[in-house]
Amino acid sequence: MIRMAFTSERNYKMYTLLGIDLNTWWFLVFGAVISGYAILDGFDLGAGALHLFLKKEQSRRIAMNAIGPLWDGNEVWLVIGGGALFAGFPVAYAAIFSAFYIPFMVFLIGLIWRGVAIEFRSKEPMRWWRKTWDIVYCMASIIISLSLGLMLGNVVGGLPLNKDHEFTGDWLFFFNPLSILVAITTLALFMMHGAIFLTMKTENRLYIKLHLLSNNFTIFFVVSFVITTFYTLLYVPHLSDFFKARPGYFVIPLLMILCIANIPRQLKKGKYRYAFISSAVTIALLLVMVALEVFPYLLYSPQNPAASITVYNGASSQKTVKILLIIALIGTPLVATYTSFVFWTFKGKVKLDEMSY
Amino acid sequence: MDVEILARIQFAFTIGFHYIYPPLSIGLGLVLVIMEGLFLKTGNRIYEHAVRFWIRIFALIFGIGVATGVIMEFEFGTNWATYSKYVGDIFGSALAAEGIFAFALESGFLGILIFGWKRVSPRVHFFSTIMVFLGSLFSAVWIVVANSWQQTPAGYHIVGEGLNARAEITDFWAMVFNPSSVDRLLHVWIAAILAGAFMVLSVNAWYILHKKYLEIARPSFKIALTVATVFSLLQLYTGHRSADGVAHNQPAKLAALEGHYDSSSRADMYLVGYVDNKHQKTMGIKIPGGLSFLVHGDFNAPVPGLKAFRPDERPSQVNSVFQFYHLMIIVGMSMIGLSLLGSWFWWKKTLFDKRWLMWIFAFSVLLPQIGNQAGWFAAEMGRQPWVVYGMLKTSDALSKMVTANQIIFSLVLFTLVYIVLFALFLFLLNKKIQHGPVDYGAREHIEEGTKRDNPILEHDPDGIYIRKKL
Repeated sequence: MIRMAFTSERNYKMYTLLGIDLNTWWFLVFGAVISGYAILDGFDLGAGALHLFLKKEQSRRIAMNAIGPLWDGNEVWLVIGGGALFAGFPVAYAAIFSAFYIPFMVFLIGLIWRGVAIEFRSKEPMRWWRKTWDIVYCMASIIISLSLGLMLGNVVGGLPLNKDHEFTGDWLFFFNPLSILVAITTLALFMMHGAIFLTMKTENRLYIKLHLLSNNFTIFFVVSFVITTFYTLLYVPHLSDFFKARPGYFVIPLLMILCIANIPRQLKKGKYRYAFISSAVTIALLLVMVALEVFPYLLYSPQNPAASITVYNGASSQKTVKILLIIALIGTPLVATYTSFVFWTFKGKVKLDEMSY
Repeated sequence: MDVEILARIQFAFTIGFHYIYPPLSIGLGLVLVIMEGLFLKTGNRIYEHAVRFWIRIFALIFGIGVATGVIMEFEFGTNWATYSKYVGDIFGSALAAEGIFAFALESGFLGILIFGWKRVSPRVHFFSTIMVFLGSLFSAVWIVVANSWQQTPAGYHIVGEGLNARAEITDFWAMVFNPSSVDRLLHVWIAAILAGAFMVLSVNAWYILHKKYLEIARPSFKIALTVATVFSLLQLYTGHRSADGVAHNQPAKLAALEGHYDSSSRADMYLVGYVDNKHQKTMGIKIPGGLSFLVHGDFNAPVPGLKAFRPDERPSQVNSVFQFYHLMIIVGMSMIGLSLLGSWFWWKKTLFDKRWLMWIFAFSVLLPQIGNQAGWFAAEMGRQPWVVYGMLKTSDALSKMVTANQIIFSLVLFTLVYIVLFALFLFLLNKKIQHGPVDYGAREHIEEGTKRDNPILEHDPDGIYIRKKL
């Protein structure tokens, strides 16, 4: 067995590309995948979370079929994200998922039930059958969105870790005010995003209803976002250190506010595609801000900062990171091409046919 | 119960349940490509009906495969944190490649496969079918590479000590083409194709027995029988190659597979038997010296037995490993026998008159499933006590901070969810099979002379009648 001196501050040679080290590149790739996941699965989770607001059978069918051909492909981004984290930052992967054991299991089981509900709802015509699956579908979507937000909130706020980067708290720790606020904001964001998506995909009376819902969820999102922001500024001040130190970067939150403001404007004009793009960009910018705040930490430990996991002490070897970047470089254009092709195939308003749910 | 056993039970249960589905997607994927290719080539609508029918079944299987597969990916992190840190550098790149090259391909094009009939041309649809099949093949590549690396590590070095020790890649291609990956990948692929082929055989045999949809069932049966015959024979070869690899790379595992204890004597090969691990004896029907012949080509050559390994470095459940391994072989031989028998009667032109044979085929869907599960149980239990052969023990691979109660909580949840999921799967599968390979629009075209079913109407609260989707 070959043995080598090995400390948390590694002393191997860091490779760089365009002046940025490879670990940071992989952090960017991981962030991009997570943003992709949030934008894509965000709209179908949001559509699920607002499902019970639609009352008529026909409306519910159309709403489900709007996401029908897409949700499965969207979920794959989660799988890619998990792989990207495991591959590039195995220490963070191990710490995060063993720490978030209970919320993550709830999240996973939510995902299963949601898929099951989508598949099974249309298989029997009885009203009780469909109603039951509608409730399962909606509740699962809400629980998934909330638990995603809860975990994000905890990653942003930091977890107590020991020197081996292992979580030392228990599951009640996760329900801190910041994380709960982030969870609600995530749900609101997805519901807004999903409502806009559905409005874009529907016609007639359902479309009018969804237009109203889009407006309401936008208000819901803005309110919860503002509360979360103020709470963070007041009680978790270190989370805004980055922007305070670098005023130039304030352009990012500013851009995001413009994006959010653009949503009701486009909704009013009836330009749903632009509204949808705005909400997608909002999600991306929100995650960019999170990334800037936490970087270089993947998992911060406020009680014991030395135990925190960074993109350096939690990363795979330079060789692996290099291989990963090559894989991403080959894979990303491929995935982008056929994802666009699939979305292009299913563009336009939903039409029910014999293959529909 | 202690955390290690619970975590192992959880992993075995969730992966075993998951592994019902991906092999079916791979196998059905091949059948879909063949059928749709025949449809495009001949223009015969029979094949179109068949392919549409199997796409509906494929979609169901794929859906459950994804749902249960997402869990697998994160279970490494939740239950096996030390393992994840240890192998992340190696396992991770394979998993990332799998996500980006395989899953995205598969699920992206699946939407077109199911919902795109009217939106794309037949050629683009066929292209999508091929992409889905390729995606499912790729998805097996990376996971089998990662697992093979655990069996026969290569292209790495160890960095760090104790809790912080981990394997790092030194040579990517040596890691990918480690000594067992090619043999095992071929073995897994073919087993998966057999799972799909026997499912098609099984459903069509049932139709033939009930004299339903014969115009579609007979040609579909023949396509699947051809696939089953070719690949079950090929499997004999890859199986031999895999066993040969185990003999050279994992001697303790080989000894456990055949219940072989004494290193000095010649090693026997058992057809059926029982291992008494307490008295270190194996009884059963055997070919004397068979294992020696397999390994060295000499019936009297000695083969290292279990006694050559320290008790804490050999599998503890020798009898289970032995039984799973032999069950897999028996099942494999049955598949060869059955498909050859079917081909014989096909050649004699009496295939569809043999009702007894059709009854056997109707249940044959279980054979590859049993074979797959037994094979993996033998492979994984045979590797114990190691999670990475010779490097990391399973007992050291756990998440340190996860308690038995957390695992029990999730295990109970998974058990409940999976029971419901499996019941619903059977219910839906049955429904689709009962509905048959005929689309409503074309029903009278196929069942000439029979009364056309009315489309099932359902009452809609809006007062609009909509046709039920099946």
